[in-house]
Amino acid sequence: MDIRRLFSGNVSISEIHPAKIILAVFLIAYPSFTSDFFTFQIGAYSLILGTIALSLMMLAGYGGMVSLAQMSAAGFSGYIMAIFGENSVSVMGFGWPWWLTIITAILCGALFSTIVGAISVRTEGIYTIMITLAIAVAFFYFVRQNYHIFNGFTGFAGIEPPKLFGINWRDPVPFYYLTLFMAAFFLWAVFHCSRSTFGLGIQAIRDNPRRMRALGYHVGWHRITAYFFSGLIAGTAGVLLVWFNGRISPGSIGVEVVIDILVIAVVGGIRSPIGPFLGAIVFVLLENFAIDLIDRERFNTVIGLVFLLVVLFSPDGLLGLWNRIYPKIRFRRSVRTNGGRTQWDDSVSSGSFKTVNQ
Amino acid sequence: MLRFIERHTFWAIIIVLAAAILLLLIFSVWPEWLISAIGRKKTFVITLLNGITLAGLYFLVASGFTLVFGLMRNVNLAHGSMYLLGAYIGYEVSERSGSWFLGLTAAFFAIALSGFLLQTLVFRRMEKEELRQTLVTIGISIIAADLMLAIWTGTTYQFTPPDWLWGSSVLPIISVIKASGTVIYLKYPIYRLTVLAVAVLVGIALWLFLNRTKIGMMIRAGVNDRDMLSASGVNIQLVFAIVFAIGAGLAGFAGVIGGTALSIAPGEDIRYLLASLIVVIVGGLGSVAGVAIGSLLIGLAEQFGLAYFPTYGVVLTFLIMVVVLAIRPQGIMGER
Repeated sequence: MDIRRLFSGNVSISEIHPAKIILAVFLIAYPSFTSDFFTFQIGAYSLILGTIALSLMMLAGYGGMVSLAQMSAAGFSGYIMAIFGENSVSVMGFGWPWWLTIITAILCGALFSTIVGAISVRTEGIYTIMITLAIAVAFFYFVRQNYHIFNGFTGFAGIEPPKLFGINWRDPVPFYYLTLFMAAFFLWAVFHCSRSTFGLGIQAIRDNPRRMRALGYHVGWHRITAYFFSGLIAGTAGVLLVWFNGRISPGSIGVEVVIDILVIAVVGGIRSPIGPFLGAIVFVLLENFAIDLIDRERFNTVIGLVFLLVVLFSPDGLLGLWNRIYPKIRFRRSVRTNGGRTQWDDSVSSGSFKTVNQ
Repeated sequence: MLRFIERHTFWAIIIVLAAAILLLLIFSVWPEWLISAIGRKKTFVITLLNGITLAGLYFLVASGFTLVFGLMRNVNLAHGSMYLLGAYIGYEVSERSGSWFLGLTAAFFAIALSGFLLQTLVFRRMEKEELRQTLVTIGISIIAADLMLAIWTGTTYQFTPPDWLWGSSVLPIISVIKASGTVIYLKYPIYRLTVLAVAVLVGIALWLFLNRTKIGMMIRAGVNDRDMLSASGVNIQLVFAIVFAIGAGLAGFAGVIGGTALSIAPGEDIRYLLASLIVVIVGGLGSVAGVAIGSLLIGLAEQFGLAYFPTYGVVLTFLIMVVVLAIRPQGIMGER
């Protein structure tokens, strides 16, 4: 055993895969060699969408609960920002200090998600999709009809991040770093959480709720707690999203957007926390550059087709596709260089669609 | 019926009492204190009728949804798109041919065909992977909604049904008696009553089909245990395809019926998908009787919400769903 390991915790620099370091350096250096458009509209936006999709992935991949109401949770916390903070529409806008508003908004998003969890917790698999979709659509119609609190069809505008330390946080580069930091933090948190006792419990419940119940676990509470954590992620992403857009209206939480989040998570791959971010990048790039390939109006057809193809041919998303191809490439290369055998990772240990609904 | 009264005497009495009060409310002339308490009688009765006819429409849409689910465990989230596509196809055919009934028939068969193709070409390939099937239907509905928007644009269309269906009939219900002594009766559109009648007829036809025909017997057997059914020599793929075709056809049929009662526009697909979702969640997935109960509850809740507290109408529907889920997660008539 390497003696250094005894003193440096369980992770040393040399253990981290070089690809990760390269990726991190690339992401940090990204704004320095791209235009504002790429930093803000592509970079920051993908990271925000990826974070919302991450909250869905966490529930679906580890918990086996495909909740379509995560976007609604994010939207709800965005609305709370507008209602308790400041907005340029003369409805609501209590003008609370920024830090209090942010905390309230994130907690409200988490609360929303927890309530969704409490409602749908006794159901499984496709029932969960149905119920959460119903909740998401009902919330959309409610927000659109309600003029007293949510300002109906128009929604709110003029929601801005605070100007701290002399930096305007809505400028492309600071905002990009803010989203990058939050995304990286949650990615790390989800990775970590998935290996904690709680995370393992949730995964075991996904695989066999009956056995876990027999072992004395409270299945319902585990699931609701997972909804709470994913609500924290969605709520934070909701705050970032409302800063990104500067406004929020029923259209921001409509059915199309709710489905988009599912598309992002599924296209990227629902088995690993990286998947949603991959999906988000593909989605945002398609959204911005599909105009060159096809009429702007027909973007939904393109994204629908991509989604359909992924679901039909690679149920584990682009990441799953990579995991299937990569061992083959590596095997061939190692045959060429070593002429020997190679070991590849067991990629079956995390959940896939097939195991979700048994 | 008798068994229900024997087992739940208390609830039977409550139901009879509620029905009696409702009938009294409908047919009596309202005294002043009642009008000052809950508004005019006309509003109440019209809302009630609207709710019941809307329930009829919801029943038409959701029965196909639940039929497909009951047998194949496939939540077809493209059901709303099928409704809208049926409405558009029905509109095109009836405009070109000038016959509304031809449009209705064409919508039924065109959408039934699309359902048949969907089942044989796509879902057969991924049997027993329910979640994946559901995701596929989401993908299909995204594409379908976008293509329909491309073809029929965002314009609102209005059917022209035969003249005898248009207009209103006088109901034998007294609205008010004026001071001069003249009695004013309530009027109600004939078409909406027709929707209700059609829904009841379809309900009866479905019941007969499921309970009195051989293929209905196979379907019911398939709902209980589809492996056993296929083991006993039934071509289960054919049964699946037929059920999917009928379920989809009903959505197309409802598209024309509902499109005539209201109108056709993009976004209706989501509306009716939500309606079917909530109706089957409340009523219980896979049960036609559950759909009837669920659609009645949701239709009434929606219309009364709209009439008496407009901004919070959706919340009422939603609350019904939450309460049902909390008490009976499988729905009122659902089985586990």
